[in-house]
Amino acid sequence: MEQQTRLQSWTSALITSPEARLALIAVLVFGVMAALSPDLFLSAQNITSMAFQFPEFAILALAMTLTMLTGGIDLSVVGISNLSAIIAATILTGFAGAGLTGGEALMWYGVAVCTAIMVGATAGLLNGVLIAVLGLPAILATLGSGLIFTGLAVVLTNGSAVMGFPAAVAFLGNGLILGIPAPLILFAVLAAGLSFVLTRTGFGLKVQLYGANPLAARFAAINITSMLLRVYVSSGVLAAVAGLVVMSRANSAKADYGSSYLLLAVLIAVLGGVNPYGGYGRVIGVVLAVLTMQFLSSGLNMLGVSNFSRELIWGVLLIMVMIINIRPDLLNPFKAQRAKT
Amino acid sequence: MMEMFRKNVSRNETLVLLVIVGFCIFAALSDPGFLSVPTLMDFLRGSIVLTIFAVAAMLVLVSGGIDVSFTAIAAFTMYATAMILNSYAPGVPWFVAIGFGMVIGGCLGSINGLLIAGFGLPTLIVTLGTLSIFRGFMLTFIGQKQITTLPPGMREFGRMMMIRGENADGSFYALPWAFAATVMVVVFTWFLLQKTRLGRSVFAIGGSVESARRIGINVRATQFFVYVYVGALAGLAGIIHASMARVANPFDLVGLELYVIAAVVLGGARLAGGYGTLSGTLLGVALIVLVRNSLVVIGVPATWQSVAVGLLILIGTGLPAWQAKRAAARAA
Repeated sequence: MEQQTRLQSWTSALITSPEARLALIAVLVFGVMAALSPDLFLSAQNITSMAFQFPEFAILALAMTLTMLTGGIDLSVVGISNLSAIIAATILTGFAGAGLTGGEALMWYGVAVCTAIMVGATAGLLNGVLIAVLGLPAILATLGSGLIFTGLAVVLTNGSAVMGFPAAVAFLGNGLILGIPAPLILFAVLAAGLSFVLTRTGFGLKVQLYGANPLAARFAAINITSMLLRVYVSSGVLAAVAGLVVMSRANSAKADYGSSYLLLAVLIAVLGGVNPYGGYGRVIGVVLAVLTMQFLSSGLNMLGVSNFSRELIWGVLLIMVMIINIRPDLLNPFKAQRAKT
Repeated sequence: MMEMFRKNVSRNETLVLLVIVGFCIFAALSDPGFLSVPTLMDFLRGSIVLTIFAVAAMLVLVSGGIDVSFTAIAAFTMYATAMILNSYAPGVPWFVAIGFGMVIGGCLGSINGLLIAGFGLPTLIVTLGTLSIFRGFMLTFIGQKQITTLPPGMREFGRMMMIRGENADGSFYALPWAFAATVMVVVFTWFLLQKTRLGRSVFAIGGSVESARRIGINVRATQFFVYVYVGALAGLAGIIHASMARVANPFDLVGLELYVIAAVVLGGARLAGGYGTLSGTLLGVALIVLVRNSLVVIGVPATWQSVAVGLLILIGTGLPAWQAKRAAARAA
């Protein structure tokens, strides 16, 4: 009897925390995929290739998480990342060119990276002004600005890809640092940084307070305008970084890269337990959601499932997790017993 | 007089109308051929499917939700209908094909309705999820190849023309009867929203769910109805799209959803729910179709199209939002 109570409290602790549930799902997906195709899924080659694949959309999901915490959303992330990548690519092809090596190549790469991040910050600032100063709903502001950023990217390139970079550019997306993929390290640093900012700084506290109750935040004398501006600028910068990773991996930049990443980024944030109405969300949840999606995606790929059914499975997963997040009691096997006693 | 003018300008509809008129004047000045019957026919033809989508999207916004899955419902419906009718009942007349499509669309919409009204999940998340589910299901289990031989009923419907004519240079213009279907959708939805208790309930739950519940409105049933109705309209739009294009391409339509919502919001519907008009929606669609069809006429290259639409959205929604904010600041 006592053992059962302990088991009960353990299960209820597990199912009441969305992050714990998600960890369980991630382990489950990993286990099922490993069991279904052990030679392929557990191979070192697959593990490394997974680690190279997910950071680009995972960084976009971090941007989405930050904006969702305030009760907003950033639908312009893909537009921002392509526009910044294209501007960086134009600098690289215009001043450096494919043959350049050594210090000069690195210098131009540095210039391109800084410019891309500036572009991301400026685009984010525009979103922030629209939302915080002019009072547009975040969905509409970022929908409109996203069209503008994508449109500018099309205008700059006429819709074709920009390519021909120095070899140094490839490192960010394809290199290894101490045997660990460089994009993975970049993502880990950004995720840890965001987690630190959200949980350990005044800014993070203000973000969560505002998301939970905007009116109370205003009465608590939080400078909402400056807080929202910083949120959307950070989101733009993260999007630009994601654009640089995509540019490095694809060795080119194009206005329509990663168009499926927008849905994916929203999906990952929500799957990770971030409340789309604001106020609640933890970076660890988003990281677990990213891993789950990547395990599913790679595993299904090995089972020979088409890309389209992946879309189907992602959708089903999203809705299932949402149902469980809202009605966790559906999972509790002890509920029926408790009702009887 | 000035006061009345200012009041009307602050309404989105007037603003959009002014932009449309300005656009047309510009276009007529730079190309005298712009003001012609063929341009009008192109414009009307281009707005047939978008208008049905926009009416559906407006209804959801009024009810306080947002739906991004209707394009996937339309694509699913047109593809599944073409395939099923071709294999099992190729001989059915066009109105049966349309009815069949609306039933499929309504069933898919009821999945949204069940998740939103039944489980109380956020509408944006549910419809994002079902967007990928419907599309993924269609492409995985039904097929990925274009259907170039549509069932005879749908082919016949696509060929039925209301107006036909010949230009001076010998080319033809025409307006299909599908346009009448769009008119019927608008009139029926107007009647539903303005003259029935169900329609008023949609406004009520969009304004405040709690107040609606307290005056005895069945909130869940109303929400469920909204998503089924939207699904049926999306199904209709899908069948019309395939009939007019004379091909069922499973990769069509999806991707239009944000343009449609933008058109509706330009027309004054509020994202927060409870407010939206059909006249505003029609104007919003008209503006988006004009930009998509005729941007080149006023001398803007086609590559600038999405920048133009983005700017329109920001200006069209930014101006009223800013005015509301200023009014609130003055009141405080």
